[in-house]
Amino acid sequence: MAEMMAQGETPDILFWVGCSGSFDDRAKKITKAVVKILNKCDVKFAVLGTEESCTGDPAKRAGNEFTFQMQAMMNIQVLDGYEVKKIVTACPHCFNTLKNEYPELGGNYEVIHHTQLIQGLINDGKLGVEGGVYKGKKITFHDPCYLGRANDVYEAPRELIEKLDAELIEMKRCKTNGLCCGAGGAQMFKEAEKGNKEINVERTEDALETNANIIATGCPFCNTMMTDGVKNFNKEGEIQVLDVAELIANAADL
Amino acid sequence: MVTILIFAVLSLVGFGFFAWNISKVRSNILLGKEIDRTDNRSDRWKTMLLVAFGQKKMFTRPIPALLHLCLYVAFVITQIELIEIIADGLTGNHRMFHDALGGFYTFMISFIEILSVLAFIATVAFLARRNLLKLPRLNMKELAGWPAKDANLILIAEITLICFIFMMNGADEVLYSQGKSHLEGQGSLGFSISSFVGPMLFGSVSESGLHLIERIGWWGHILMVFGFLNYLPYSKHFHIVLAFPNTWYSNLEKKGKFTNMASVTAEVKLMMDPTADPYAAAPADAEPQRFGAKDVTDLTWKNLLDAYTCTECGRCTSSCPANQTGKLLSPRKIMMDTRDRLVEVGEGIRKNGKDFNDGKSLIGDYITAEEIWACTSCNACVQECPVNIDPLSIIVDLRRYLVMEESKMPSELAGMVTNIENNGAPWQFSPADRLNWRDEN
Ligand code: SF4
Ligand code: SF4
Repeated sequence: MAEMMAQGETPDILFWVGCSGSFDDRAKKITKAVVKILNKCDVKFAVLGTEESCTGDPAKRAGNEFTFQMQAMMNIQVLDGYEVKKIVTACPHCFNTLKNEYPELGGNYEVIHHTQLIQGLINDGKLGVEGGVYKGKKITFHDPCYLGRANDVYEAPRELIEKLDAELIEMKRCKTNGLCCGAGGAQMFKEAEKGNKEINVERTEDALETNANIIATGCPFCNTMMTDGVKNFNKEGEIQVLDVAELIANAADL
Repeated sequence: MVTILIFAVLSLVGFGFFAWNISKVRSNILLGKEIDRTDNRSDRWKTMLLVAFGQKKMFTRPIPALLHLCLYVAFVITQIELIEIIADGLTGNHRMFHDALGGFYTFMISFIEILSVLAFIATVAFLARRNLLKLPRLNMKELAGWPAKDANLILIAEITLICFIFMMNGADEVLYSQGKSHLEGQGSLGFSISSFVGPMLFGSVSESGLHLIERIGWWGHILMVFGFLNYLPYSKHFHIVLAFPNTWYSNLEKKGKFTNMASVTAEVKLMMDPTADPYAAAPADAEPQRFGAKDVTDLTWKNLLDAYTCTECGRCTSSCPANQTGKLLSPRKIMMDTRDRLVEVGEGIRKNGKDFNDGKSLIGDYITAEEIWACTSCNACVQECPVNIDPLSIIVDLRRYLVMEESKMPSELAGMVTNIENNGAPWQFSPADRLNWRDEN
């Protein structure tokens, strides 16, 4: 972002990478897939790079409103400093926080999830994915809670999967009934309470029941949880866990 | 004349006691903190019509929804007959509306009778589901004791009430056919069910016996109604009233949006603005504000209204990922605990005045930390609730109290927050490495 501004350019959209997308090795691949798509479509975008900081989502869900608001206010200062108007992110937690919780602290932006942005690019004819490597593959989609129930986005990722000429198979619990992967509400950062099963294992069972080749999702946390779940059943050879952005990037041969 | 008097006194006591109960519930709910839920009125009416009146969310489970609908419609329509009973009771007439309404009266009572039979079937099905089929969500341990009894009691009361209706109409049918009813004329009353059932059951009963059965049905009906009315505020069945206001006051925001804590905003602004006067924000006489919720009085009045509205149906708990995987958390229990504690605090305040303190609190004595830390904030419970209750917002406020007032949280979470504060990320990575992904392969 700083570089772009130095050259006197203003980007059309800011790509909010998020902490997972920046630091987690698996999630970095999703970040790269998004960037490839943006570049391919000549979207003028920027990232904050080292000026980006955690949105504060996990602190807020864990009950620490102080840390959340400190993070939020710092981020809002940076974003407003660059006069950011529109933000895309590949993390539903960042998406939810930026979109719903920043306005009350003075940060007003148009925030979209990457699946919504990509859907727009394809519908505008800027990107074609028909008949790519996923033609005829069976794909199931796991709804991230913070994209689906929390923000009512159910169709954008599904439409993208259908664009791949793939067969979209729904799990028995999907959309509003979708089962959580177990990572939300700051659970990602702690051991689960005592119980008789891990939530991600329960959810992976739903996915395996569909006999899909691929579990698609739209959240780096869900990705981790589902990947671990698949490992738990030793099914890594049979079923892949991929972000919708990766599916699109691969199908478009980027 | 004496019966009219008895009836009038009974009505007065019945309605009066109900009003008194309602005022108690109302004052309990108003112990909660202020929150504005009066914006977007047209959306609110729409939500109420769809969710409470139209029972939209029930229909994600069609069979119970249909059975419940039978009970619900029967309940609503039977109120018309109740108006007649009250009018008869106060004037000493018999079936006042019969002559006034003519054919429509026959239709109306017939309709009520058909619905009553459907309601009877539904009630029996509900009893069986609870006690014979032992549906898991209706047999969890949080329902042991009073809640389970409450549920069965009301179902049995409904069956009894329906029996009274048919005693009344059935006996009157036989009397009328013999020209001995208090109603002028002779023949059949022509009601859909009782014109068959009446002669079948009571055909051979003597005239005085028939009058007795008819009166037992009539008085039984009205006594049950007054009993029911006053039982409501102590029961999960209060939802038949509160579902309407509760859905009207629904949260209309996106479910993912957690409330902003304005008190924190003030302090954070102070911290970030070096020129601010540190004393300006906190006038000396301001009551020290508690962050989050320790007890029911720290919750909003909507949380408390939610608690009274909960039907204890357990749809929330059966969809909760934590509960499904054996964790202690049950969103239904969160609502039941909140209500139980509220009743206790409300009684205490009425007896001992505003400063009532029994040394107990919602978190700790009712809900444990282990329960609330198991929540993934997935919103499944909120989505599922047929009357738009939000257990998650209570869970979050309890967490806020533990974290911000008592610094109690799982140690990994304390570490995560420290990382955010120091590195701007929940993990121990340096902010300088944020862009490394660009040049890695
Ligand atoms: S939000 Fe929490 S309590 Fe509600 S269903 Fe999800 S995990 Fe359970
Ligand atoms: S909160 Fe809603 S879903 Fe849960 S038991 Fe109460 S009424 Fe049922």
